[in-house]
Amino acid sequence: MNSFSRWFGRYALWIYSVLAFAFLLVPIVYTIVFSFNDSRRSNIVWRGFTLDNWTSVCESQGVCEAFGNSVLVGVAATLIATTLGTMIAIALVRFRFPFRNSTTLLLFLPMATPEVVLGAGLAAEFLTAGVQKGIGTVILAHTMFCISFVVVTVRARVASLDPALEEAGRDLYASPAQVFLRVTFPLLLPGIVAAALLSFALSFDDFIITNFNSGSFVTFPKYVYTAAARGIPAEANVIASAVFIIAIVFVVTSQVSAAARRKRLARQG
Amino acid sequence: MAFGAFASTATAPAEPVVRRRSRVALWLLLPGILYLALFFLAPLLSLVITSFQAPVEFGDIGQYQTAFKWENYTTVIGTYGPHIVRSFVFAATATVAALLFSFPLAYFIGVKLRRFPLLQALALTLVIAPFFISFLLRTLAWKQLLSDESWLVSSLHGLQLLPPGAHVTGTAFSVIFGLTYNFIPFMTLPIYASLERLDLRYVEAGGDLYASPASTFLRVTVPLAAPGIISGALLTFIPAAGDYINASRDFLGSTDTAMIGNVIEANFLVLQNYPAAAALSLILMVAILIPVSVYVVRSGTDDLL
Repeated sequence: MNSFSRWFGRYALWIYSVLAFAFLLVPIVYTIVFSFNDSRRSNIVWRGFTLDNWTSVCESQGVCEAFGNSVLVGVAATLIATTLGTMIAIALVRFRFPFRNSTTLLLFLPMATPEVVLGAGLAAEFLTAGVQKGIGTVILAHTMFCISFVVVTVRARVASLDPALEEAGRDLYASPAQVFLRVTFPLLLPGIVAAALLSFALSFDDFIITNFNSGSFVTFPKYVYTAAARGIPAEANVIASAVFIIAIVFVVTSQVSAAARRKRLARQG
Repeated sequence: MAFGAFASTATAPAEPVVRRRSRVALWLLLPGILYLALFFLAPLLSLVITSFQAPVEFGDIGQYQTAFKWENYTTVIGTYGPHIVRSFVFAATATVAALLFSFPLAYFIGVKLRRFPLLQALALTLVIAPFFISFLLRTLAWKQLLSDESWLVSSLHGLQLLPPGAHVTGTAFSVIFGLTYNFIPFMTLPIYASLERLDLRYVEAGGDLYASPASTFLRVTVPLAAPGIISGALLTFIPAAGDYINASRDFLGSTDTAMIGNVIEANFLVLQNYPAAAALSLILMVAILIPVSVYVVRSGTDDLL
């Protein structure tokens, strides 16, 4: 007993963590497994394995259209938010300007405001201004909540940039534009890419703000929400599973290659 | 706030740069700041104006005119008081549950896995993995797994751990469970970020000074992890208090579990009672701003982003 309790004391945290990871993965595994379910109308009871949902994913009414809309909104909002956010991040790290604290606060507040307040506020504004809700209002809304996250992500990268590299460019008679395009921008790129991916992920999975500002325009999360009342088709699971697999493969390969690079650098150094 | 934890660009800050004064700064800031003024600040102002509106006399449903009808606030508090209280109780419970779940996990990843960088990176990926699958579908997955027909609930009935006729879904338990599950990564990541930097020599020093493991934990480890715990608590509490998916009838809730988000949605999008929805949104906003402003004052604006 004593040796068991000592063994348990040593490994309790390992056992707990493995169980915790398993718990976090439960709904993911469930969603992926049920993308292979030979379901008819609602995808609740397991009725056997099939690949049909994957091979004919677009046959279910509206799933692919909603998915396409979500990609379109995600790309548009990401492009605008990444551009505006990167500009702010550079200004925050590199320049002195009045109202610095107010600017920081203005960037922080959208992240600290519940989504339902952001969504209802924009909807109230569009209502007052008489703007018709649709894809345009959804892109405007998504861009708004992505900007702050871009600033946070890119700012960390700008702060880690060695100013000596830009100085070297200037010493070699590069114009300010050349320094930016050939020194600063390439060095910031990993941070900008990370920010763009984060923006796209936030936009793609947003439901609450979209629901308030989309009118009859349907995104993938909105499709799932509407379908939830009558039963989700297995094709929705297919799309969610495919997105999950692509994202996870991307993250894991980038981590493994970053770890390999660090190891190589450590050996050289 | 440790939102930076999500960026995970893992770069050491270079030497502090001397910030220049230049016109360029203005042109870099202006577009983004104008955007936020137009689509973040102006909407808040519209909410304030809308919340005082009165119905147009003899008008259709959904037609309102500018007024100063402050009774809108007393009316919504009278009608939706239970929903408002329930939102904060549910969100606070989910925050505590997420903290209890996350702390040991974050300690494991940040301290025990320190010697294995690749394993540590993969463990972090597992923590954020739920973010990569649709929020709505993972919540629906729990609905199926906790439904009356599921093997989990039927075996609980079989073992008589659950009284006959009792359900799991549609209860306060399942809503809090869903809120906890969905926002766990927001708690784990900031705590991990503080524990990852924890200098273990402080913990050793506690032992050397004859402190018991428990008192070392409470008086050394927890205070050093406090910034992460506070960030994590805010990052969990804010979205949980405003969420209306978990509490929705089609997901993990029932009409008895409706939260403030559900009534804002219903008033805005179904009943077209915009002033009530706006007043409720502002009540939620102000209630959230109280802990947030304490946080802002204590951490200082420089460390906000």
